[in-house]
Amino acid sequence: MKTNIYVKSRVAIVGAGMTLFRRRMLETPQELAWIAARRALDQAGLELRDIDCVVSGSAPDAFDGVHLKGEYYSEGAGAIRKPHVRVFVGGGTGVFVPIAAWWHVASGLCRRVLVVAEEKMSSAADPHPQAVFRHIWDPFTEKPLNPNLIWIFALEMHRYMHKCSVSKEDIALVAVKNKRNALDNPYAQAAANITVEDVLKSELLVYPVNRLDISPVSDGAAALVMVSEEWARRLTDTPVWVDGIGYTLDTSYWTNRELSFPVYLKNASEMAYRMAGIDRPAKEIDVAEPYDPFDYKELHHLEGLGLVPRCKAAEMTREGVTQRDGDLPICPSGGLLGVGNPIAAAGLMKVAEIFWQLRGEAGRRQVKKSVTTGLAQAWGDLMQVGTVVILRR
Amino acid sequence: MGLSIRIRGGTPLRDEEFREIIKEIDSPRARYNMAAGEAYSRFFESLRRGEILGTYCPGCGLVHIPPKIYCPYCFRYLTKWVRASDEGRVVTAVVSYLSATLERLEKPEIIGIIRLDVPGYRFTSYRFPGILHRICGASEDDVKSQRIFDARVKARWAPEDRRIGSINDIECFEVMWR
Amino acid sequence: MGYSGFTRSSEHLSFREMVFQAALKAYDDTGDLDPRREVDAFISCQEDFWEGVSISDEFAPDQLGGVLKPVYTITGDGLHCMANAYMMIKSGVADVVVIESHGKPSEIASMRDILLFTLDPIYVRPLKIPNPHAIQALEARMFMEARRISREDLGIYVVQTKNNGLLSSRAPYSYRLSLEDYMVSEYVAEPLTLFDIAGYSDAAIVAILAGEDTARKIAKEPVWIDGVGWATEISTIELRSMDEDVSTKIASEMSYKQAGIDNPARSIDAVEVDERYSYKALQAIEALGLVRKDELALELRSGGLSRSGSTPVNPGGGALSEGLPLEAHGLARLLSAYEQLRGRAGRAQLGDVERIAIHSWRGLGTSSSVVAIVSR
Repeated sequence: MKTNIYVKSRVAIVGAGMTLFRRRMLETPQELAWIAARRALDQAGLELRDIDCVVSGSAPDAFDGVHLKGEYYSEGAGAIRKPHVRVFVGGGTGVFVPIAAWWHVASGLCRRVLVVAEEKMSSAADPHPQAVFRHIWDPFTEKPLNPNLIWIFALEMHRYMHKCSVSKEDIALVAVKNKRNALDNPYAQAAANITVEDVLKSELLVYPVNRLDISPVSDGAAALVMVSEEWARRLTDTPVWVDGIGYTLDTSYWTNRELSFPVYLKNASEMAYRMAGIDRPAKEIDVAEPYDPFDYKELHHLEGLGLVPRCKAAEMTREGVTQRDGDLPICPSGGLLGVGNPIAAAGLMKVAEIFWQLRGEAGRRQVKKSVTTGLAQAWGDLMQVGTVVILRR
Repeated sequence: MGLSIRIRGGTPLRDEEFREIIKEIDSPRARYNMAAGEAYSRFFESLRRGEILGTYCPGCGLVHIPPKIYCPYCFRYLTKWVRASDEGRVVTAVVSYLSATLERLEKPEIIGIIRLDVPGYRFTSYRFPGILHRICGASEDDVKSQRIFDARVKARWAPEDRRIGSINDIECFEVMWR
Repeated sequence: MGYSGFTRSSEHLSFREMVFQAALKAYDDTGDLDPRREVDAFISCQEDFWEGVSISDEFAPDQLGGVLKPVYTITGDGLHCMANAYMMIKSGVADVVVIESHGKPSEIASMRDILLFTLDPIYVRPLKIPNPHAIQALEARMFMEARRISREDLGIYVVQTKNNGLLSSRAPYSYRLSLEDYMVSEYVAEPLTLFDIAGYSDAAIVAILAGEDTARKIAKEPVWIDGVGWATEISTIELRSMDEDVSTKIASEMSYKQAGIDNPARSIDAVEVDERYSYKALQAIEALGLVRKDELALELRSGGLSRSGSTPVNPGGGALSEGLPLEAHGLARLLSAYEQLRGRAGRAQLGDVERIAIHSWRGLGTSSSVVAIVSR
């Protein structure tokens, strides 16, 4: 492992918290943000007055039904008379928030940062939160075709299946694994004991996507406390270091690209690996939480992350390597498929999960092998964003 | 109301409970008149005439369809317009049973990405002129069996007097089974 | 830096094409910098509901040269992008960062609805306030009473800045205005008249930031960022301080600390403040520590804030003359400061300025501000 020579200071996570992820919650966006932030502060042993900067993330404003929603929920996230910035890279936001927080601390401008991601999708109730995705398309060349969100995933999934000769059965194994993992997650919305057959028999939405291939719509929030090295050592014996960050955005013209492999994720992960001094990710990453809004995405992302050779992720899953007791446990939390998908909060939840796994605090979800290096990843936009963080104990 | 607010973790609601607690219903009027700009304006004008145009980048050799006045890969100003054929191949396709607002469709729609031929130009499988559109002349089984991958398609244009300069001036891309 | 627009409408270009133009100019300004090879990261400052697209960051990279590179969006004013670019460079993770912000308000057909959409849906929106400017009018009233500032005083400021705008090449709203002209203008929401509220304009602005060594290599005369600070007061309108601009105060203290400034009135040669509401500019000048609370009216009346005064404010006009390009406003202030410091401000050029403070708020419904100190 080589040490990175450009980065001058180390940043650590010392606390994490989250709300339940559920289809509909009573709490307002501010309240959701507060619950998660309060819990993260509690684990870190800090109060809001100890925080000098706040970084938050949340996906489309249309969900909460407020324009400039970063301003709206900011007080729930602790941004009261403090520097606050809301970052946004679509679905990749959840893992991007800690990336932005990283340079808040590493630059020397802030020392104790509260990192919050919140999503309240249930507010966009009429007709259904998914309808918000009618407005993510190019307004001229795509929207007039009346696309629904599942089209783009289905198109990519089918291309991946075709190019890599992967069957729906192989892909369904991911949904089965993650939903089962989620049974041990007290925050989970969609935990279940299902079979591959259940997935294949569930409602066909846009072939090749069935209902159980998709993560649910959710409300929820998650938060972290990230601090400078000096503070990390003061606050805890087990800080978790953010040793690598990486992010990349591909062109919005997604119909001009080969979709079976996420090049943007390869770039993003290489950036993170380089910073963390990792040469052989497949060997050096002990546990990972790639983004799984659809089951095939876990496979797609494992390949993009270089954790498995191209087109080999399905085989690795079939062999049980990615189970909690396997050699490379993937999504031990239960992922989006099992825990829920309040977009930005889901990504941050993955970072929190790796944090807890590395500290041995994941309870019944704790993976069997001993872990020191973990990775969390999110994806977003029109098949464009890869955001990666690498954590180490 | 009968719900006890627990501070730990949040308060999940069932569908009926959710409807009970709704305080405000608001539907914002969010209306925009977006400028198509130079490139798209010309593209849609040409669609009205039954032509598909793209812009060529001498830096990387790509023909951009939908066209742009810049190449995102080379960051160059593009000035050469080329005409694509209205034929191409299916890159990927799916069968949609749901509408944009997630209601079940009466008749399922086949949607795909079509890689267009541009006479005189060649592209890799990584970057090519491709557009999203409806596919006709294929069955659900053609999609599920993957027979449709790489199939030849040709645009079925809307009648000339019904074209308005929109992506829908093409009704669909019809599969030409041989 | 580079920009495109500052016009009331721009129908012939899509926003992407405007940003492309602005980017080309900015790269050219930096000795033909190649974004594909020489820029490490790109940041875009935009909001979904201004753009009319959910997940507006999808459309960020292509026209900047950022495809398949580190690109992200901040839902904030252009100066929030600057603050993050600054932190990225200081942390060592990037050396050259490009920031952009654009606004095409001419395309928003239902502007009033969008403005009202920023308000709290449970407590404020149901009040069905017919004119969103009324909220700022409330604040203006409280500020004016607390500081004993009269309508004439607002008028003095407006006349000063509109006339400064006549010197600018980016001022679709500048006119020769006298105090009498101002006093007879119609109220939009008392005490604010048409002339106290900035109109809208379309613009795209791109800026390139780099670490010291690289900056010296690629730019003939770099403009240095001595400090940057930003802050949010509180979301709930009713809990905000109505007379003091708390967020600007906290942001300016943060930036002065980094810049090593104890006495802003002495260390700063000119100021570019957010004047999208006339009274906001005065609040900001006080919050920036350039004038004491009890001396604000006096300083204004005596011409201390004019082009010939001790601390010229918006010497080439501000939002009231340029129009408001939504989230790009902060970069419009940076652009003016940049031109002043590089001697490129044309007729608006002040003599001998070395250090300028720039400021932007985020507008109606928000209590967030950013302050930066730039120098040569």
